[in-house]
Amino acid sequence: MQIRKKKQKSVPPVSTASLPDIVFMLLFFFMVTTVMRETSLKVVHIIPKAKEVAKLERKSLVAYIHIGPPLKPLQSIYGTEPRIQLDDAFATPKDIPTFVESVKAATSEPEIPLLTYSLKVDRETKMGIVVDVKQELRKAQALKINYSTSKIVDKEALQ
Amino acid sequence: MARSKREIQEINAGSMADIAFLLLIFFLVTTTMDVDTGLMRVLPPYVEEPPEDQPDVIKRNVFVVLANSADNLLVEDEYMQVEDLKDAAKEFILGKPNDPTDMAFPEFEPASNKPESYDLVIKYWGANKLVSKQIISLQNDRGTSYELYIAIQDALASAYQEVRDEVAKERFGKKYDDLANGNEQEQEQAKAVKKLVPQRISEAEPKDIGQ
Repeated sequence: MQIRKKKQKSVPPVSTASLPDIVFMLLFFFMVTTVMRETSLKVVHIIPKAKEVAKLERKSLVAYIHIGPPLKPLQSIYGTEPRIQLDDAFATPKDIPTFVESVKAATSEPEIPLLTYSLKVDRETKMGIVVDVKQELRKAQALKINYSTSKIVDKEALQ
Repeated sequence: MARSKREIQEINAGSMADIAFLLLIFFLVTTTMDVDTGLMRVLPPYVEEPPEDQPDVIKRNVFVVLANSADNLLVEDEYMQVEDLKDAAKEFILGKPNDPTDMAFPEFEPASNKPESYDLVIKYWGANKLVSKQIISLQNDRGTSYELYIAIQDALASAYQEVRDEVAKERFGKKYDDLANGNEQEQEQAKAVKKLVPQRISEAEPKDIGQ
């Protein structure tokens, strides 16, 4: 004997009309908070860690110099020794003055002294190549540099 | 005239979500969210030939840090692990201002010797405040690994930061960073601390041996 009668009520469909709005909101959030990736990396770098790090503000005033061994697929052509990447291409320390000039040319006059050159260097790299780059930067009057490092979370500070 | 009473058809918005998702995913893929952090440094301007007349810095005022191509560290003629460098540097920066017989630590001079550069020190500590003549000299080999170099730079920076914190706490009751981010008066106090404990790291041209 059946006690309960089978209900024949159908569930009303969930309205998905607001879904586009939600997604658009997410979209705008990402558009506002992020920066477009400008270059595709040709070198691998695992950057070292440090405690006394400072945040790099104003990304439009930062020029990147990548140093590290070439990516796996490129190693057959370029070898495994660390190389310098400026913009989208491999470079030698001699190309740095030209690079600095092009960065300066793309920046408005009053903001040139605020330009920072961020060195993203693989931690296994030897200092020789870094020293050459620094020397060229000094010659090109690009003196504000930033050794890119990620922050170690200090255990003492948390206690 | 009879208007045609045709009903306007509703636009199907069902695919709107798909389009928006597509855009969203595009942005997720092409953008970076990572915050860039790093150690800020200012390089010395380039000079064609290093000046002949080096300012005669007395040896005891210089804290020498050497790193070789095998990533060994020699600090003041002694082997050292990079973990211990911070404490050693801190001890050196603090020095022993009230012990004139001590020869291992840097010399001190009263702030009144150079009133133009120590004006803020004189303002907050008085003319008799002793200021250290410390310099840290860092020399690495071309074969030193970048990781060790950064570890050294970081250790030295932490040493200076901690000394500044101690000095700021003792005189102004606040940490150095809190002063530097505070109001106008506090910012001046932070500047005074910076004058008292200037970050003097001198990097020698690297040697090319043992490559």
